[in-house]
Amino acid sequence: MLDVAVAYNRFKFLGEEFLTWLWFVIEKDPVILKKADPDLTSLEIGNRIVLEKRHKRSVERITIKGENAGLEEAMLALQKGALVAELNLVYRSDEQKWQFTIKAESLNLSSFKIPKTAVSESPEDMEGFILEKIFLYDKILQFLDKLYKTFIKYRVATRWQKRDISLIKNWCRSVL
Amino acid sequence: MSLLSASVSITRYKVEGQLETPILETIAAGLNKNVISEIDDRSLEKAVGWTSIEKPYQPDFTGSAFVYGNYLLFSLRIDRKTVAPKVVRKHVVIESDRRLAESGRPYLSRNEKERIRDQVMDRLNATVPSTPNIYDIIWNYEDAILWFFSNLKAANEELETLFLRSFDLTLIRLIPYMAAHYTSDLTDTEKDILLGLTQTHFTG
Repeated sequence: MLDVAVAYNRFKFLGEEFLTWLWFVIEKDPVILKKADPDLTSLEIGNRIVLEKRHKRSVERITIKGENAGLEEAMLALQKGALVAELNLVYRSDEQKWQFTIKAESLNLSSFKIPKTAVSESPEDMEGFILEKIFLYDKILQFLDKLYKTFIKYRVATRWQKRDISLIKNWCRSVL
Repeated sequence: MSLLSASVSITRYKVEGQLETPILETIAAGLNKNVISEIDDRSLEKAVGWTSIEKPYQPDFTGSAFVYGNYLLFSLRIDRKTVAPKVVRKHVVIESDRRLAESGRPYLSRNEKERIRDQVMDRLNATVPSTPNIYDIIWNYEDAILWFFSNLKAANEELETLFLRSFDLTLIRLIPYMAAHYTSDLTDTEKDILLGLTQTHFTG
């Protein structure tokens, strides 16, 4: 088993490829999203996307933020060889909305907001209140786990070289 | 309670290892062994320990107070005292001058200076209240998964150290490679392929 520090540095690209693939899936192959969570109504890019391109001794970083920000520059960066380093996503299921940012290098989540729940009015209600919150966090975490699992299964299979890379390349080229 | 905040950060871990049965008693013992201790009237600069999620200033792990459905909930509390460097400098200079006047010597040795600094820090720390930082933890024991409600490097490192010391279990951060290795149901052959992967270039 690899040491954590070695695994972190050597396989950082897996997280970046995952988020890049996820952006492609959102745009071009949403059936995968629905398979991962049948309750999903929509998954959209939110208010922040960060791309990074590594050179030998430096990292070029492109950040696009703000509601309704255009993704043209992000796509241009992708065409120049950058990968997604951070992605803010909006998940909707019926009337409920979740929003969070996922970081490629660690798969950590931040700015994680879940739908509002009824406020606990007594200490006796507290356990149910907390369990409802956990359920709402878990919904997204399980969804992301399934997507990551799908990505990794594709990534270690021959289909990645034979099929997925060219699909993503074509998508990059076709947008601008 | 950070898990009830409007916006949270989560770091996920795989818990490796098995606890002795009865599990809840073993966990309660681990929590009690490293429960947070108050340092406000003491010269200590920092304290790290477990506390209760609902009453972080009155930790209580008796019975199954930390069990919520299938989950174990508690918090990591890190109390830290901060003394402004200029305040430290002021008291060190005053104390050094006093010692020089008493001894009649023109200077203090390096060891004496260090000792004065340590004494000043102890005295100041005993008068400064600590600032608590509380980070919630949700542990799904059956699935061996733990969520830590912070992405701060220092807090994560304190968690990993204290968790090992308390329960003799290792926390493995689910960074991309570890998540692929531990939670993606890969066969041994696929794990070998994973180890040999190199970055894809989507250009060209």
